[in-house]
Amino acid sequence: MIPGSFDYLVAGSVPEAVALLEQHGDDAKILAGGQSLIPLLRFRLAGPSVLIDINRVPDLDYLQETDGTLHIGALTREAELDASDLIRNRYPILHETAGVVADPVVRNWATVGGNLAHADPANDHPATMLALGAQVVAVGPGGQRVIPIDEFFTDSSFETSLRPNEILTEIRVPAPTAHSGGAYFKLERKVGDYAIAGVAAYLTLDDNGNVTYAGIGLTNVGPTPIKARDAEKSLLGKPLDDAAIHQAADLAAAAAHPASDLRGPAEYKRDMVRTLTVRALRKAHARATEGK
Amino acid sequence: MSTHHIRATINGTAYEGDVDSRLLLVHWIRDVLRLTGTHIGCDTTSCGACTILVDGKATKSCTMFAVQADGRDIMTVEGLEQNGKLHPLQEGFHEKHALQCGYCTPGMMMTSLALLRRNPNPDEQEIRVAISGNLCRCTGYVNIVKAVQYAAEKMRESAEVPVSAGEGGE
Repeated sequence: MIPGSFDYLVAGSVPEAVALLEQHGDDAKILAGGQSLIPLLRFRLAGPSVLIDINRVPDLDYLQETDGTLHIGALTREAELDASDLIRNRYPILHETAGVVADPVVRNWATVGGNLAHADPANDHPATMLALGAQVVAVGPGGQRVIPIDEFFTDSSFETSLRPNEILTEIRVPAPTAHSGGAYFKLERKVGDYAIAGVAAYLTLDDNGNVTYAGIGLTNVGPTPIKARDAEKSLLGKPLDDAAIHQAADLAAAAAHPASDLRGPAEYKRDMVRTLTVRALRKAHARATEGK
Repeated sequence: MSTHHIRATINGTAYEGDVDSRLLLVHWIRDVLRLTGTHIGCDTTSCGACTILVDGKATKSCTMFAVQADGRDIMTVEGLEQNGKLHPLQEGFHEKHALQCGYCTPGMMMTSLALLRRNPNPDEQEIRVAISGNLCRCTGYVNIVKAVQYAAEKMRESAEVPVSAGEGGE
């Protein structure tokens, strides 16, 4: 399959990429890892007239924890999350997520930034970032702005609140505290497939074991990445006992709007959200109480 | 449509040429340069038959444009054999009967090469994870794993001489 015609431009820096976006607007697409975009072009599901390649932009590829925040450069490859000791030890939820994105060869090029900016409800990082309460840094002609992740995704599929002349440059994740932990569970038919359903959960507890923060994100069970707000709220201010876990799982399942397709009927997927939420909360809680 | 003049090193040889922006890297390698060892299996970034190394990274060459390879160092399956001597991976696939129809073999070997360069002694699970983006429709994974283990052992043996002679790693 051959993509349609387009002009290929290389951006040497973020300001250059922004200038090119200004010039070409909606006709242009940013090419990062390309592992979602190039298949879309081959299938002719997308047909931008200009591609702006940012792979040669220096200093957009980093993982740094400073001042209580993990900074992930937009060009950081999934394989780098997979291989990073910092991520494995401090952010097991991110390690688990990166490890189930597509397959290991795709992960050599696929970027975390692209996984979010593509806003595919079937992508894995959106749910995890929703659970973590991450932020996205966008740079445009007027400078940079910081977008909370739940305002980054919109009510429409494959759409973000990025403006046509803005580029995603960084993802910010709150560093773990003394009693916090998260987990991502993805049910997939085989390696490389999109999720039948996926659930990310992140918890922070106080010294008495009561939940002070709960984040729950859902993968591929609706037209957009889903933040299970009612389930999150139901957990706050009390210990995470079995009753609380099952109530939250029911609410998470209610927040899912899966469609029946080749990965299974909607009822099955909703049920899997319930099951995966229970597992994710239990694992998140175990990690929060182990101090991991 | 834009046309670009690109240069890339493939298996140690310098190549250059004019490419349309939409030309996929695998098509440049196969159709233009006639290095047909790299296969196209699925065209959907699923099967890994087209896997090559780009700057040392295992890469599905159907999911990168040729123009993106400008200035990069590429290795395809043709680069494995040196001076008429099979690479330990090729030897391993032969000895362990790790190919049936052979279609996935070039991609399997290139992915395995990237694995063995970063992990010279992988266990079975590590090999299976590493090749999980490469599909064998003959389902001959058991012997593929054995072939990679065979190659790993051979490569460790041959690496012992220079390392002990103090020449160090890469």
